[in-house]
Amino acid sequence: MFWQALLYSTPVSLAALGEVVGQRAGQLNIGLEGVMLSAAYAGMAATYRTHNPWIGVLAAVLAALLISAFQAFFTIKMALDQVVVGTAINLFAMGLTNSLFRAQFGTSGKLISIPGLPKIGELDPLVFVLLLAVPLVIWTMRKTRWGLAVRASGEYPDAAESAGFSVVRLRFQSALIAGFFAGLAGAHLSICLAGSFAENMTAGRGFLAIAMVTFGRWKPGWVVAASLLVGGAEALQYRAQAMGIHLPFQLLVALPYILSLVVLIVLGKGVGGPASLGVPYRRNL
Amino acid sequence: MILTFLIFGLPVGSSFRLIAEGAFSDKIAISRTLVAMTPMLLTGIGMTFAWRAGMYNIGGEGQFICGGLAGAALFQAVPSAPSWLLLLATCIGGMLIAVFAGWLQIKRGVPLVISTILLNFIALQFLDWACAGPLKDPVGGVPLSKRLPETSMLLRFDRQTDLHSGTVYALVIAALAYIFLFLTPEGFRIRLVGQNTRVARSNRMKPNQIQLGAMAISGALCGLAGGIEYVGISGQIGTSFSQNWGFLAIPVALLGSLHPLGVIASALYFGALFAGCNNLARYSSAQNSIIYIMQAVAVLIVVALGQWSRQRETKVHNE
Repeated sequence: MFWQALLYSTPVSLAALGEVVGQRAGQLNIGLEGVMLSAAYAGMAATYRTHNPWIGVLAAVLAALLISAFQAFFTIKMALDQVVVGTAINLFAMGLTNSLFRAQFGTSGKLISIPGLPKIGELDPLVFVLLLAVPLVIWTMRKTRWGLAVRASGEYPDAAESAGFSVVRLRFQSALIAGFFAGLAGAHLSICLAGSFAENMTAGRGFLAIAMVTFGRWKPGWVVAASLLVGGAEALQYRAQAMGIHLPFQLLVALPYILSLVVLIVLGKGVGGPASLGVPYRRNL
Repeated sequence: MILTFLIFGLPVGSSFRLIAEGAFSDKIAISRTLVAMTPMLLTGIGMTFAWRAGMYNIGGEGQFICGGLAGAALFQAVPSAPSWLLLLATCIGGMLIAVFAGWLQIKRGVPLVISTILLNFIALQFLDWACAGPLKDPVGGVPLSKRLPETSMLLRFDRQTDLHSGTVYALVIAALAYIFLFLTPEGFRIRLVGQNTRVARSNRMKPNQIQLGAMAISGALCGLAGGIEYVGISGQIGTSFSQNWGFLAIPVALLGSLHPLGVIASALYFGALFAGCNNLARYSSAQNSIIYIMQAVAVLIVVALGQWSRQRETKVHNE
């Protein structure tokens, strides 16, 4: 049961882990859903062509980095509103993946199955990547100069700038890190969990990851723990179905969302997020 | 748009022709455009109210669904309810969920961006459950609510087309929204709170109240959009009741630069794209999902151009 929860929560956890870094730098990445979706598609398509799931993972990460860089260009370089750009990115990714998918694989809805990554026990390698990445991210954010600078650029960008860092560069770097993890998340979804692709297959997991960052109060460890809990709800849903428990199916699907909303309401104002989250930085010359 | 054609290797000229034909060539095409425009116009105006007040409402989809649900629930309870009463119920349905999200942000500090997204998913599952359970039509096996009788539906202008009086209502509401936002003190307060909360507060306004009010209007309009779709077109609601009309509200509102008159134009443009792209998909290898790409690109270009001209202005100003 625990392994299953871990397995099903891995996409959300990976995406949320990257999103913590991005949000700490002041980047609210509403386009996360779209980045994950594009990665899931790229991962599937590359694996289908080459029959090598590792190349699929690579393609997924590259696609995610590309779209994240695109998004970062608009939100950081051009200092456009992050919610606006993120919304556009989501639309773009939805249209792009749907069109490419239908153009390449037809609309018949026939199931495409692709080889998955070799499993280690019950888990696949990307789960271990997640487990290794958590302490790494915690350490980087807490102990390194770069981590401190990133946090500063999300709290009080002028301070980071006057300490000799470039806020634009810091935010760009963290946006790419967020993109990297979103790529792994998408790859895990299509290559490891589904072994296939379906239109709009992320089904809100990117948004859920953003909610998890708030839920986990911008602390990488807590964020992943929260994702695990919510992912557990998803595993529970399959388990309950298998055991024939008669709960409305829809309630189970909605459970992760209800759970996160309730927790956010209960936690209330508590610890706030980074002070400059979502605020485009314009250098005062 | 041309860019999109090129990316997918479509012939630019004939693609344009197919889209234009699908959107404007005859009575049926034009009515398709207008029918697609209607929900986007209402939700787009709804978003305009919220975003103008500085409330990032992303919950258009959830509010649209709750509107439809409230209407269907009223019909279930009171089968003789006239269409205006059903529409009122849909307004209230959308309003309640939007005000709830606004209240969460103001009182409990839950970011609106996140709560509205979560509520979208919850509303979607709730719709699923309601259509398969309490609201399900006992006749027939598909998860759809009971069909409205003809007498409760909105007036149709022509038997051949789906065009209904809801389109006229939407246009009237858009005009009223313009008057309200730009020509009344209440509208001025909404815009001021969105632009500078501090100035608003120092002028003894209550930003929280005004923002909640804007969310209420926003939710009511999105709910009404759901209602008009229900009472005007479908007559029943099912799992796929909202075809992303609530999500599309944001690009529509942004492309209309958050101005009701601009939103009329952008909703019309998107409506034409919808009708046109369906035509394009029928007669060429293109998929109608390329419409999302066109919309995304259009929004990015518009906001980027806006920003660019603003930056130039400040530069000139500084010199």
